[in-house]
Amino acid sequence: MTGVLSFTDVAVRFASTETSTGAPPVPPAVDSVSFTINRGEIFGIVGESGSGKSTLANSVMGLLPRSAQVTGSIRVNDREVIGLDDDQLRSMRGDEVSMIFQDASASLDPTWSVGDQIAETIRAHRTISRRGARAKAISLMTEVGIADAASRYSDAPHRLSGGMRQRIMIAAALANNPQLLIADEPTTALDVTIQAQVLALIGELRKNHGTTVLLITHDLGVVAQVCDRVGVMYGGKLLEVAAAEDLFANPQHAYTRALLAASPSGAPRGSRLPVIPAAWNIEDLQRLRQEGTE
Amino acid sequence: MSDIVPATTLLRVEGLNKTYQAGGPPWRRRRVHAVDNVSLTVARGRTLGLVGESGSGKSTLGRCILGLISPDSGQVVFDGVEVQGLSGKALSSFRRRVQPVFQDPYSSLDPRWPVGRSVRESLDSYRIGTPADRERRVLDLFDRVGLNPNLVNRLPTHLSGGQRQRVGIAAALASDPELIIADEPVSALDLSVQAQILNLFMDLQQDLGVASIFISHDLGVVEHISDEIAVLYHGVVVETGDVEQVMKRPVHPYTSRLLAAIPSSTPPRR
Repeated sequence: MTGVLSFTDVAVRFASTETSTGAPPVPPAVDSVSFTINRGEIFGIVGESGSGKSTLANSVMGLLPRSAQVTGSIRVNDREVIGLDDDQLRSMRGDEVSMIFQDASASLDPTWSVGDQIAETIRAHRTISRRGARAKAISLMTEVGIADAASRYSDAPHRLSGGMRQRIMIAAALANNPQLLIADEPTTALDVTIQAQVLALIGELRKNHGTTVLLITHDLGVVAQVCDRVGVMYGGKLLEVAAAEDLFANPQHAYTRALLAASPSGAPRGSRLPVIPAAWNIEDLQRLRQEGTE
Repeated sequence: MSDIVPATTLLRVEGLNKTYQAGGPPWRRRRVHAVDNVSLTVARGRTLGLVGESGSGKSTLGRCILGLISPDSGQVVFDGVEVQGLSGKALSSFRRRVQPVFQDPYSSLDPRWPVGRSVRESLDSYRIGTPADRERRVLDLFDRVGLNPNLVNRLPTHLSGGQRQRVGIAAALASDPELIIADEPVSALDLSVQAQILNLFMDLQQDLGVASIFISHDLGVVEHISDEIAVLYHGVVVETGDVEQVMKRPVHPYTSRLLAAIPSSTPPRR
């Protein structure tokens, strides 16, 4: 097995106004993170708000604002992506690496049929006739479980339910057979029964196409359901990486143990839930940071 | 959880219906049955978990009970008195005794008011105590919900999400309610903060004997905190009963489906 995506000592800093006033420097949003995702693996990153998990995901695709300074090394298929120019990034995005986000309705153009949006993604990366792209788009829609895809091709996004829209996003993300799919909270906006279907779909993609998946989530249940390995992030740092089974059975880090214990499922009904110790309280951390930047 | 006190009915909902006109062009408009012939009861000091997915009608039901929207038909009876048609003093007393807690502690507090004032407003509007008493009571309430009293003069933007939700709960408690209707009160919070707020709800029930209707899409949360549970599906209560019984032996296929869809906290063996 070879690494499809590897991070070596990656840090992301958001340069605030120059620290000439003597204010302490802003702590990095992502801080010396290193790990490698193997081919065909579903790798989860779990963390609470402000842990840096989305910043890490966005850094792969070059989606961070210009004020972000990324250091270290991020390699996709052994090619360094830090420092790629816009053209190089554009040819990589949607082709080699694809990404789906939490809010599918914000990612789709509301004035355009969903089928055309998938077809456009195909045509952006290869020479294919309109008719060919249309046929490919319909077959992708069928593959992600949209019934009667040909007749839904011309529907505008608002005609589809939230779960269906997320399937359209997945179809567009798969259009060019990416080797790596980055999914940032892909099921957070969905109901649990729909979430289960979308997670099953992601599992199938891996089985049928060998797609490698980086799954970003705050939900330990989602991690348990689909991931092979998991990294736990807190305050920009990667605290531990473990096989999913081991993480739940035998968490190594104090924060991971506290996070697992804070979840109501599994705890005896009506019992007080253990509160995360102050040292690992996400809100205290946010407040400290806020005060540091004021 | 308060098994010692014999359960007496505090709230009874009977045959409640609420329909909406769906939007869209006139020829496609139809009536949506948001709440469909719903009957349920809440005993004094107990917690009823109301669970369902988006569009199941759980929030509409909560709003009907609060009297924020009026049902098409059916009854809401609080402490033996029919709520529909209350006015004047009787309505004000009902409002004092039944208080809401909302999901979003960002939009339910006035952004220009110090948070202490948001809590105090309720005391002022129900004319509870003298002005000096109210000042003290606000500090007590802050203490009660685990907030540092130093925060009373802060604006909501200076508080974290968890702190704001505590302010929302303090405001609801200000009028000494007998029933709290909490609509997704922990859905916007991180797991570690969620645990603290759930603990607070359990403390309130134990210490103050407040009954509550806890509305959530999260079956894990509802199971943890509730005595009884009602499962809503397309506006219909498909299953109701003691929480343990429903979780262990669901009768309705939708409840089983909902239970099966929850990702378990342990990964399947591969």
